[in-house]
Amino acid sequence: MENRAIFSGKLLPCLLILPQLAVSLIFFYWPALQALQQSFLVQDAFGLSTEFVWFENYLSLLQTPEYYHAIGVTFVFSALVAFFSLTLGLLLAVMANRNIRGVQIYRTFLIVPYAVAPAVASVLFIFMFQPGLGMIARALQRNGVDWNPVLNGTHAMILVVIVAVWNQISYNFLFFLAGLQAIPKSVIEAAAIDGARPMRRFWTIIFPLLSPTTFFLIIVNITYVFFNTLGIIDTATGGGPNGATQTLVYKVFQDGKVGTDLGGSAAQSVILMVIVVALTAFQFRYVEKKVHY
Amino acid sequence: MANVTLRNVRKAYPNGFEAIKGVDVDVADGQFCVLVGPSGCGKSTLLRMVAGLETISSGEIDIGGRIVNQVEPAERDIAMVFQNYALYPHMSVYNNMAYGLRNRRMPQPEIDTRVQEAARILELGAMLDRKPGQLSGGQRQRVAMGRAIVRQPKVFLFDEPLSNLDAKLRIAMRVEIRKLQRRLNTTSIYVTHDQLEAMTLADILVVMNGGQVEQVGNPLDIYQKPATTFVASFIGAPPMNLMPLSADELKSQLAGDSRINDAGILGIRPEDFVVSNETVAGGIALGLTVEAIERVGAETFIYGTRERDVQGVAANPGELPPGEVLVRIPGAIGPAIGERIRAIAAPDKLHLFTADGRQRVGP
Amino acid sequence: MIEHRRFGNLLPHLILLAGVAIVAFPVYLAIIASTHDNTVIANGQMPLYPGSHGLETYWNTIVSGTGKTTRQAVGVMMLNSLIMAIGIAVGKIAISIISAYAIVFFSFPFRMTAFWTIFITLMLPVEVRIFPTYKITSDLHMLDSYAGLILPLIASATATLLFRQFFMTVPKELVEASKIDGAGPIRFFWDTLLPLSVTNIAALFVILFIYGWNQYLWPLLITTRDDMQTIVIGIKKIIDVHDALTEWQVAMATAVLAMLPPVAVVVLMQRLFVKGLIETEK
Repeated sequence: MENRAIFSGKLLPCLLILPQLAVSLIFFYWPALQALQQSFLVQDAFGLSTEFVWFENYLSLLQTPEYYHAIGVTFVFSALVAFFSLTLGLLLAVMANRNIRGVQIYRTFLIVPYAVAPAVASVLFIFMFQPGLGMIARALQRNGVDWNPVLNGTHAMILVVIVAVWNQISYNFLFFLAGLQAIPKSVIEAAAIDGARPMRRFWTIIFPLLSPTTFFLIIVNITYVFFNTLGIIDTATGGGPNGATQTLVYKVFQDGKVGTDLGGSAAQSVILMVIVVALTAFQFRYVEKKVHY
Repeated sequence: MANVTLRNVRKAYPNGFEAIKGVDVDVADGQFCVLVGPSGCGKSTLLRMVAGLETISSGEIDIGGRIVNQVEPAERDIAMVFQNYALYPHMSVYNNMAYGLRNRRMPQPEIDTRVQEAARILELGAMLDRKPGQLSGGQRQRVAMGRAIVRQPKVFLFDEPLSNLDAKLRIAMRVEIRKLQRRLNTTSIYVTHDQLEAMTLADILVVMNGGQVEQVGNPLDIYQKPATTFVASFIGAPPMNLMPLSADELKSQLAGDSRINDAGILGIRPEDFVVSNETVAGGIALGLTVEAIERVGAETFIYGTRERDVQGVAANPGELPPGEVLVRIPGAIGPAIGERIRAIAAPDKLHLFTADGRQRVGP
Repeated sequence: MIEHRRFGNLLPHLILLAGVAIVAFPVYLAIIASTHDNTVIANGQMPLYPGSHGLETYWNTIVSGTGKTTRQAVGVMMLNSLIMAIGIAVGKIAISIISAYAIVFFSFPFRMTAFWTIFITLMLPVEVRIFPTYKITSDLHMLDSYAGLILPLIASATATLLFRQFFMTVPKELVEASKIDGAGPIRFFWDTLLPLSVTNIAALFVILFIYGWNQYLWPLLITTRDDMQTIVIGIKKIIDVHDALTEWQVAMATAVLAMLPPVAVVVLMQRLFVKGLIETEK
């Protein structure tokens, strides 16, 4: 930030920065600190007295089996969505990066899911997968699959994974396409002259050069699955059946809505904050490296 | 209508670095002053201090009889042409020129007159509606000039305005700028690192080095009588030959010169040599072995090694220590590589400096 | 591009067509469903071509609501969504551009502190701190208000960072030329910096509009009154997974209406959208 031409005056810059600082302090720092504080407190059933209990809320959280179950669900959900949406995004981007006709039209269609709200995407798929009337549900049932996401946990998970993958493809496609277009043509041509066939070129040249993009997208996809899929889960399964699709974030939301265990809910929030900060810090450190690469 | 006077101007940064170490310059009304020096010598900083874009640590800057140390750039009645032109990319050529006038609440008819007049002078009439992005480098340079002249300021400031142009255009624009300045007769301060540009433009030339003024004066005076070895090597291309000599060596070369009683540096410009077997009274003769030759048509550059004892040339050169010497002679003929030659210089072509190079002692 | 096979481009076309089909099919189906009668849909016999009840369904959905429920008309929800999306986009751009301006072009006490204070907000999405934020919004009496919908969601640094990055590329000579031309900080901002930022502002607007329109969790929590609902949360109340009486044609019409504005923005301003998306994530 050095070496900028700078205006003098102290009052004006303070006035200019004030709105954003105010909004950040009121709606970001204050709640974040409150969550932190609350996670160390226990409140009695009537909300009359509170007691400072150190890490008791965290410890009791770590003793509930449902919490571990939610961790497991989150892990499976993230892994599946990240894997499929990245693979499909990359495949489509590689194809769209060929010098073929109509790329603009393909691209226009492929970015549409980004604009669809997760909750709305969920509704589109519920319609197709609704037992009894959904087109795909009926096709599955005709072929002997007893499809019922309302009762079958695996089916529910498959449903939310499909919605999330569909919703996230555009993003991965666009970033992979940008990454591919940034690879200098001459490098690929040199590899061709060196006798590498297209598949070999992809795995030995293009994919390694694309690794910064891939890495970035893995982090972004995990963050997406953590937070943005809440609308999908809430609309499609409500976390069920039997917690089969209850992720960590969704559990915070559900427990908080019930509102009986403020301390426990706050402790969950704080743990999530730590996870996100760790992911972000990881990403920043990596981005820093990328600059030198 | 203004003179510009700098009195003991200094600039020190908070980290202690002294960019300008006390500069005194006096530019009379209507004069064209050029600040020249290598990069990092402080010439741009000094110009920006005159503009008001850098603060002054101590000393005084006086524009037209008013001390402007504390005056905002906009109030100093100056106009500046930047190296990268700093045109407003989103405004048309017309608006680029009119912007400063509008900010000063000049009536629109007056603005229009001035912009049209500037456009006519700079031949920008057909381009007034274009954006800077649609112009060539030379045209952008002219718009930057136009933005300065519509203001009719007391002083023009130029910060290496030609360095982004190709060589041919640079020469053309150099001539344009000089003609324009003569015509408007506006006091100007011009920063460049190109000594040829400096020599051709300046009424008054300020040679700077390391935050200090090495020499101020008329360009030809500076060329003919450089005050320090730095000026001697910076002004003139190719640079002056400088030979550090002991007192004895100097005495043997310049016998009878009463000023010599110490070691010093002897300087001779490449173009002041003549290849000849004659001797010059009071002058100097060097025995050289030709190492390399560059023929550029109109003239020839001879890179020679000075030798203690060169066979076949007349006596007395042998007293000098070995070293490289550049000789520049007119025409395309000249010696062959490996040939031994004798280069002589007349007494009035010699420059003598103290051993530290900071002071000229003669002639 | 290097190989010279005759059918070299067939495979990419097939794969891309398959991709487009997967992406477009659910949307297509929703559009079709919104034109059929609910009984056709409910017994699973819906054809793959448009029906004849489209106008009637959309009219009911947008304006009056249907007789079966006491649902709010979707038109009101769309208006709420629009106000929220534009409010978030405009609000975030406005506070970000001036704070970035202060950070890049001024030197003032605690500048770096202010910068880091803003920067750290990048780290935590609203979902993580949702209930404390809810409590504060409630304490400030902002439940069921547009301010409550908008303000907590503009507390993030993405736009500030984007503007900061862009401002740092503005040559400093431009500022100096403005100073010499007699422009102070405010005039420089209006006359030069803002016009130069137009593309960035537009790109950011597209991204933020979609972000705002598609918000789910926050409006779900802080709106209790039906007339403050946004369309994205309204749709959930129309379908009920366990209820066989879901009015699917209305649900699908609502889905189509919920998709229409953001999809239109993305498709029509594709270039700006891609620029905004890729630059805000850098």
